[in-house]
Amino acid sequence: MAIDFLYPQYEVVRNYDRCISCRACERQCANEVHFYDPEFQKMMVDESKCVNCHRCVSLCPTRALKIVKTDHTFKENANWTGKAISEVYRQAGSGGVLLSSMGNPEPYPIYWDKMLINASQVTNPSIDPLREPMETKTFLGKKPGRIERDADGRLVPNLAPQLELNVPVMFSAMSYGSISYNAHESLARAACELGTYYNTGEGGLHQDFYQYGPHTIVQVASGRFGVHKDYLEAGAAIEIKMGQGAKPGIGGHLPGHKVGPDISKTRMIPEGTDAISPAPHHDIYSIEDLRQLVFSLKEATEYKKPVMVKIAAVHNVAAIASGVARSGADVICIDGYRGGTGAAPTRIRDNVGIPIELALASVDQRLRDEGIRDQVSVVVGGSIRNSADLLKAIALGADACYIATSALLALGCHLCRSCQAGKCNWGIATQRPELVKRLNPDIGYKRLVNLVTAWDHELKEMMGGMGINSIEALRGNRLMLRGLGLNEKELQILGIKHAGE
Amino acid sequence: MNYVIIGNGTAAVGVIEGIRVVDKTGPITVISTEPYPVYGRPLISYLLYGKTSEDKMLHYRPEGFYENNGVTALLGKTVSRIDPAGKTVALESGETVPYDRLCVCTGSRPFVPPMDGLELVENQTSFMTLDDAKRLDRMLGVKNDKRVLILGAGLIGLKCAEGIYQRVKELTVVDLAPRILPNVLTEEPAAIIQRHIEGKGVKFLLKDSVEQFFPYGARLKSGKTVDFDVLVVAVGVRPNISLAEDAGCEINRGILIDDHAQTTVPGIYAAGDCTVSHDISANTDRILAILPGAYLQGEAAGMNMAGGDRAFTKAIPMNASGFMGLHMITAGCYEGEQYLEQDSERYKLLVTRDNRLVGYIMIGDVDRAGIYTSLIREQTPLDSIDFELIREKPQLMAFSRAERAKKLGGVHA
Amino acid sequence: MKRVYVNEKWCLGCHLCEYYCAFANSGKSSMVKALKDHRIAPRIRIEERNNISFAVNCRHCEDPLCVKGCISGALTIEDGAVHIDSDKCVGCYTCILSCPYGALSTSNEGAIQKCELCAKNAFGQPMCVQGCPNKAIVYEER
Repeated sequence: MAIDFLYPQYEVVRNYDRCISCRACERQCANEVHFYDPEFQKMMVDESKCVNCHRCVSLCPTRALKIVKTDHTFKENANWTGKAISEVYRQAGSGGVLLSSMGNPEPYPIYWDKMLINASQVTNPSIDPLREPMETKTFLGKKPGRIERDADGRLVPNLAPQLELNVPVMFSAMSYGSISYNAHESLARAACELGTYYNTGEGGLHQDFYQYGPHTIVQVASGRFGVHKDYLEAGAAIEIKMGQGAKPGIGGHLPGHKVGPDISKTRMIPEGTDAISPAPHHDIYSIEDLRQLVFSLKEATEYKKPVMVKIAAVHNVAAIASGVARSGADVICIDGYRGGTGAAPTRIRDNVGIPIELALASVDQRLRDEGIRDQVSVVVGGSIRNSADLLKAIALGADACYIATSALLALGCHLCRSCQAGKCNWGIATQRPELVKRLNPDIGYKRLVNLVTAWDHELKEMMGGMGINSIEALRGNRLMLRGLGLNEKELQILGIKHAGE
Repeated sequence: MNYVIIGNGTAAVGVIEGIRVVDKTGPITVISTEPYPVYGRPLISYLLYGKTSEDKMLHYRPEGFYENNGVTALLGKTVSRIDPAGKTVALESGETVPYDRLCVCTGSRPFVPPMDGLELVENQTSFMTLDDAKRLDRMLGVKNDKRVLILGAGLIGLKCAEGIYQRVKELTVVDLAPRILPNVLTEEPAAIIQRHIEGKGVKFLLKDSVEQFFPYGARLKSGKTVDFDVLVVAVGVRPNISLAEDAGCEINRGILIDDHAQTTVPGIYAAGDCTVSHDISANTDRILAILPGAYLQGEAAGMNMAGGDRAFTKAIPMNASGFMGLHMITAGCYEGEQYLEQDSERYKLLVTRDNRLVGYIMIGDVDRAGIYTSLIREQTPLDSIDFELIREKPQLMAFSRAERAKKLGGVHA
Repeated sequence: MKRVYVNEKWCLGCHLCEYYCAFANSGKSSMVKALKDHRIAPRIRIEERNNISFAVNCRHCEDPLCVKGCISGALTIEDGAVHIDSDKCVGCYTCILSCPYGALSTSNEGAIQKCELCAKNAFGQPMCVQGCPNKAIVYEER
């Protein structure tokens, strides 16, 4: 056997004083880490297969298991880290592109954590959200620039179609294919109960989920999978996906083995074929081309639905956003480089794009500078981890946020970042029926509702502390933020003062 | 409505509880020759075996069962006559008890064929009642020094053998039939049980019968002689039908009833071992002396007596018995296509006919046998389930997903 | 009456219900004490084959054949639930013969054992339901 140079990253630590050999760990591990040895009459492990997803740890009824990072180490240095070394070994062994999933894990700065929120003291009263009205409802869509009246002086209704959000949080695009039927059902039902929206991703809409249409954003991506008239009409809004934060500049690839009967039908492609989304839309090479697609979609749906355009946060994001705003889009969605994915080339995930905080601040500023901020709503995503991130995003200028990684965590994801293997032990990023059934949407949707409800409570608390009682009053209110440990340039881009200023 | 029940066995309890489902108040009178509150007859062998006590036995139903159900229990009283015209029953003690609805649950009695010299045997008993068990217990004493001869290798004889085998010096079972449990088992499984029982020190003399009894011994037809201190006669039982017969009920060995437990005489019902049931597994009418069947039949009778409508149409022969640690469950009849699975630990025979399971025998591993019983009782078409799976073992996996949703998921319709 | 219902769609075949059942009826204070180095004899049992699995325990029938056929009166209905008095049970297995679900089983003590909805143990509510990670077993009124 050839030497593979790769060593297990984790160790499975079993407390044999507690293990009752119930074999739940064995039955629940799709990676086949655990097994019962009849000769020794005890549970054994092959830790080389462990992805540290914690399924076994969570289900062990006697808490006999834990997973620890191995202390086995390369002779590392600051440059040649263990990760760098093993990636070389892996590629030398396979000759292939390294694949990863979920968001950029590298230690780049997290600007959310370098911004602090203001609170009222003495001169302006804070608000107690439990006693006084506090509005976290918001609307997405083009806002009219002026009031129009007819010859008789009556108001002319000139409001473009809007999305009404009870909370300024939506579930961002995850395709049926990249995630499971049950994950989709959980998101859809949670969106309905919360009064917000989830997004189909580029995989089309399963027939069973048309019933959730009023809370669905249907996506049109470069592969145009599953796009047809009924699909466009089913959703509350249509999103054109130009880019994705986890892999800006490239398309997607759903391997044929994940394209079973249901997915084949939903995506409108033959069973077993690879679903390849091209890197660009082959009919879009300019803002004018984008405008054509935007209006084609509006035409197809009789101008009743907002059209959103999703782009990845890249270097020229402000200029691109300006173009998108002028393309007729009602909402611009910007996805930062920490946004997740079911599979991306590791180098792209880890090296392409820019932080969402900087992208958001510069887009908002640019649109204001150009006097077109009201023509579009701005939605940002790419690792909104909690209600504080959410509040800071709104204060930087966002109308609402997209969450996906947080939503998956609520469903049980443990960020093992092995989605690409298709063996998700939590029934989320898999199409294997025996794994998919592990996510009961009755449980999953409730956890999503809980999460967003909790964030909404916290958002209200923080807003109240600032003496602010509506999202309108918070949006773009950068005075409510102060930077900490940021340099002049960063503060300038973020448009905030340093703490103490 | 005034109810009278003759007999106080399992069927009678079924009648009482059946009446009370429909009619909470109408007075019920139970008349029974035995002086005890109701007890499960098959328990008498367990009493001797030490697995139960007289007190526990006599609490087949909890304390206060009769009072709480508004039942007047005339225990130790024997009915001498039913007057269907006057709607009364006369007791040997001279009283008469009027009824609106009567149920005959008189059960059966031991059959003792004429045998030369039987009257000479000093210590002898049948094995049907608590008093029989107590008598046998007294005769055996506590010294483990008695030699016992059991006449009859049917269920009663063998359960008696199980009850006493650890308390005797010698135990011999004689039966005319060529195998033990002739009415319950086919040859091969009978041999398995026989070997097991013989392993516990019991001696079988089959295809043989007693020619001549002596006070402490017998000479058999084969010429063999058996010496014994105690004789148990368990040759068979006969239904107690004379009261019903005299009242004008139609009889064919047992009391004839319809599927609502009604006899041919209006107002008179019958249930339990004294009746003829329709065995759906063999599609024949026969006397089925089966405890669970007696209850269900009694319950149906009770409900119908009180004005309800309950048919009992699922009678089949069935038995669960253990013999000295070896368990056996059987049901239905064995005529049809046979599927046998056997190893050193277990014996399993399934019998099908016309797309139905009609019978089975399980010895050793009897786990979940009721699933098979249910297939027979419900006459489930075998092409509606996965027969290969059900052959392998009794399992609900063999049913369709929809059927399982009904059985386990509370999904109706 | 509240009953235990099983939805095989969500059953993962993890068998945890069996272990929680065995623990709940062990009288021990922890699962480790109760089950370590023990072969469990739970009152709920998983059937599984080809990725289909489901738990089977007493259905607490409205018209229970086991109770009606019990020769000793050990099986009774109390508040709609079928209970067993193991002291009265003589181990004749007539209930095993009768139960259409195969829900009664033998215990190490010779008597029959069956699900009693944890009404008589320290937990007071069905532990199989508590232990099910995917709501494949629920305890509810229907």
